[in-house]
Amino acid sequence: MQAREFLLKFNLMHKVIVTPEDVKKIAKLASLKLQENEVELFADQFTKTIDVVNQLNEIDTSKVSGTYQVNNLSNVTRDDIVDQSRILPQEMAIREAKHTHNGFFVVPRIIDTDTTEEII
Amino acid sequence: MMKLHELTIKQIHEGYLKKEFTCVDLVKHFQNRIEKINPKLNIYLALNEKALDQAKAIDAEISEKGITRPLLGIPMAIKDNFLTLGIVTTASSNILNGYKPQYESAVTSKLIEAGAIFLGKTNMDSFAHGSSTETSDFGPTLNPWNPEHLPGGSSGGSAAAVAACLATAALGSETAGSIRQPAAWCGVTGFKPSYGRTSRYGCIAMASSTDSPGPLTRNVEDAAIITKVISGKDSRDATTAPALVENYPDLLNRSDLKGIKIALVKEYLLPEMRQDVKDLVLSAAEKLRQLGATVDEISLLDPKYSIGVYTVIQRSEVSSNLSRFDGIRFGHKRDTFCQETKRRIMLGTYTLSAGYYDAFYKKALAVRTKIVEEFNEVFKTYDAIIGAVSPGPALKVGASKNQPMFGEMEDVLLEASSIAGLASAGVPCGFVDGLPIGLQITTDQLQEAKALSIAHCFQKNTDFQLFPDLEKML
Repeated sequence: MQAREFLLKFNLMHKVIVTPEDVKKIAKLASLKLQENEVELFADQFTKTIDVVNQLNEIDTSKVSGTYQVNNLSNVTRDDIVDQSRILPQEMAIREAKHTHNGFFVVPRIIDTDTTEEII
Repeated sequence: MMKLHELTIKQIHEGYLKKEFTCVDLVKHFQNRIEKINPKLNIYLALNEKALDQAKAIDAEISEKGITRPLLGIPMAIKDNFLTLGIVTTASSNILNGYKPQYESAVTSKLIEAGAIFLGKTNMDSFAHGSSTETSDFGPTLNPWNPEHLPGGSSGGSAAAVAACLATAALGSETAGSIRQPAAWCGVTGFKPSYGRTSRYGCIAMASSTDSPGPLTRNVEDAAIITKVISGKDSRDATTAPALVENYPDLLNRSDLKGIKIALVKEYLLPEMRQDVKDLVLSAAEKLRQLGATVDEISLLDPKYSIGVYTVIQRSEVSSNLSRFDGIRFGHKRDTFCQETKRRIMLGTYTLSAGYYDAFYKKALAVRTKIVEEFNEVFKTYDAIIGAVSPGPALKVGASKNQPMFGEMEDVLLEASSIAGLASAGVPCGFVDGLPIGLQITTDQLQEAKALSIAHCFQKNTDFQLFPDLEKML
């Protein structure tokens, strides 16, 4: 058996199980809080979803590169000049914020704390 | 004379010019209908309080200058993921409850410039995450053809607004199916322009590499008029195509389809699809043949693979896009996200995380390349690809519950074309169980004129664009 074919078969058999511990870790990475019942629920649902995704391993992509952008534009740039029409006035920019101070956003402390402080 | 709420863009403009009614009459008429029907179908989330004042100004403009703008005085419904100055915008999510946008989206700016009047903002799946409107934090929209059924989604409110005649036309957006599928389930015309043809600036992001704003309308002609207005290069969205926008409404005048080569995709007639739905697609193919097109059966990659590709790309881009909702600069705290939003952010966080990025994200992007290459090959020979929009008619309310991949399964026939950024029209092609079925006519990127003209010819020669009976709701 060719090495690539073997790897393909191995991949097909390689079931991924997303555990409740994985789910808790992902929630932390995504800065989300879950209800207790959602941990088990998501673990089970993610495992099933990954099963569907893993069908992609049936397709040989060893000779193709990925498509990030479909309409073939690249390096679209503009002159490095301030465009006043794209700038919100400061009072407009902060209008929807719950906490502001002297025209600035107030943000939670992220240094010297285990988790993001709940000040918002 | 036709009823005011059933008129098309052209018919409204004729009415204005002949002084049969004014823009104020029309807006008042729609507002009365909305007041009666909206509580029963939950289509609009917010109404434009300035609509009548705007209508007065438009009446003055018409009597002074006539109709010099393509959408002058056309009452429209806008999907709630487009930022609109002066109208609360929530993307149907509690995290944006009460949010007043600080700027206007690119496409709604263009609609305003063209003279459109916004009646209000329409319900959708929360953050467009779904194909049912059931993930909306403000309750599902109900299907005007049968309120026990869903309108589809995510642009379900926009599709239902057009079907229930609560607006002349609507704006929606499609990431994979979100215009065409609700259009099909509600029996209206939907058009997804190529990726990059319409600007995403000010459209609350879902999957940035496939999001495409587009219209939902009474017919293909109206879709062509609106697509022309909203298309074009926008310096604020670097992915918009620089190609010139064609004059789509003027390119519709095909008397037949002679010389047009159409591919009917075998794999899109899914084994589990109802025979009566398959029959409607096959008779649509027959109709296209009668109109002069050649229709050949072709084979494409099993659509099940596009489910995997779409799921990974969409979840990954969602996890990145929705990280901006931090409750600091606008909106509420992240714990106000609904469960579906959390599920999508987290799966995307997982597929992008160290150790899984290659296995899932890069793999999905590589299969995406295969899908793009396959379409490129097909379009060397064929002008368009046809198939059903959805495997069946509108499902019942509650159908999406406990189905974490509901949307992916319902949009299985649309994902490949979205992943590849193609242009695609969805038009009604018949009914089963009293519910509409849609046909997709998909063309290569930037071939909007071709998709619209084939769809227009089909629509002119068939009679499937009907109105549901809502008299009992009035």
